[in-house]
Amino acid sequence: MKSSSRLAGVIKNHEKEILADWIKEQLASTTLRGDLLKESELREQSRAFLAAVQAAVQKGGTEDLAGPAWADVKQLLAEISRARSLAGFSPSETATFVLSLKQPLFSRMTAELKSNAAELGEELWSITLLLDKLGLFTIEAYLKSRESVIERQQTELLELSTPVVELWDDIVALPLVGTLDSNRTQIVMETLLQKIVQTGASIAIIDITGVPTVDTLVAQHLLKTVAATRLMGADCIISGIRPQIAQTIVHLGVNLGEVTTKASLADAFQVALKRTGATIGKAKAEAAGAV
Amino acid sequence: MERIPILKMGQFLLVTIQVDMHDQLAITLQDDLTNRIAKERSRGVLLDISALDVVDSFIGRMIANISSMARVLDAQTVVVGMQPAVAITLVELGLPLEGVHTALNVEKGMALLRRQLAAGAT
Amino acid sequence: MAIRSPEDIVHMRRAVREHAVRQGFSLVDQTKVVTAASELARNIINYGGGGEMILQPLAEGVRKGLKLAFVDQGPGIPDIELALKDGYTTGGGMGLGLGGAKRLSSEFQIESRVGGGTRVTITRWK
Repeated sequence: MKSSSRLAGVIKNHEKEILADWIKEQLASTTLRGDLLKESELREQSRAFLAAVQAAVQKGGTEDLAGPAWADVKQLLAEISRARSLAGFSPSETATFVLSLKQPLFSRMTAELKSNAAELGEELWSITLLLDKLGLFTIEAYLKSRESVIERQQTELLELSTPVVELWDDIVALPLVGTLDSNRTQIVMETLLQKIVQTGASIAIIDITGVPTVDTLVAQHLLKTVAATRLMGADCIISGIRPQIAQTIVHLGVNLGEVTTKASLADAFQVALKRTGATIGKAKAEAAGAV
Repeated sequence: MERIPILKMGQFLLVTIQVDMHDQLAITLQDDLTNRIAKERSRGVLLDISALDVVDSFIGRMIANISSMARVLDAQTVVVGMQPAVAITLVELGLPLEGVHTALNVEKGMALLRRQLAAGAT
Repeated sequence: MAIRSPEDIVHMRRAVREHAVRQGFSLVDQTKVVTAASELARNIINYGGGGEMILQPLAEGVRKGLKLAFVDQGPGIPDIELALKDGYTTGGGMGLGLGGAKRLSSEFQIESRVGGGTRVTITRWK
């Protein structure tokens, strides 16, 4: 009898017992997270998975997990891993789901082939191989969903760290905090330019008070942002240049060219107001002027 | 033959590029535009590229050329409506179009041209 | 995809854009890869005597990307380093094509043999 069809037969004939054993095994396991997973859910997942494995073994054997017969099992497993990863399970807690199926299958197979040691050995080996592969697949799916969470958080973090604010009619400001690498520069440019389109602003102030160091690369990124802003038809002012940053910029030989720079955001704001034709004065002075 | 229309607005010309530019079209536009500037004695050109989602170095060069040619004919060119993604890409490409005037939209471009004319800027 | 005439560049740009959208690229990333492709396709027409572009979507874990190969059987490039320099051109262009395409890509590869054609491969990750 071919190995795969025997396994398929065993699971089919003893599905209830295997499932009961397996669930018992999982419930007893130290890695079960009763706090994160309801028992009824666990039962349902186990039942669906066992049925899918049975069908896959019957159709495609235990060798070729890449084949179409195993697609359903893999999809189910990927979903379970993703759900567990998002719920906060550890990798071993997640992999235990598959690996704990070994014991019940071994017992069933042993009972089935008591008298045939050679064949039993072979069967157990193929079950081990199969479940190990599925275990690894679980871990991979788990990591994949973790990675996508991290990626999403990174993007969110980058977006959060580049707020563009409207200071006045026609004037937007971007207070930069932290350093600039090429990924972040792209997001900074995108958010700034988008805001310029949205508000129709003609002047953008980039405040670098919160940028710890300005090296050649950071300066280059700043200049790129300035150039892109100009291409859109808006002017750029860089403010918040601390004395030591002014020194480094000159020492590095960075040419800020015709970019307007100001020591403080307040100074930059005044320049911007002047350029847009707006004025700010003390209320008293204005009142006096009106009289 | 396919052509990009040139609209006269007072003393200015408005060119709205709405199709994906290819080489022949660009050359025709340069011809048509220089002829119109001379004929209408226009002092300013608004080049609206808000519909362009790609500007490569070829189209970039065409924009720079138009601007230079117009200048020789004593007309200022303002490129208006560049999309943010296009601006970022042009900078990365190494083509910041220095010397070409820009504005956010046609209205602002028109205001810029008027200011420049009033100031007698060349 | 064959690249023989300037009209082909327009079609190719559209195809690259579609694939970039399908890979979930942001608008800026789409524009960058389409522009890089446009530069390289123009090189093929201006210097390579026509050729083809081969497009391949990539997926590596959660990363998604696009790989584009531009192949021609033209005269080849004798000095690649010089050709990559901004402002260097033998054809009256702006000399930004190769260098610009490199800056717009995440990965850039060029193989060329004098008399044996040129193959430029770029990859842009999301």
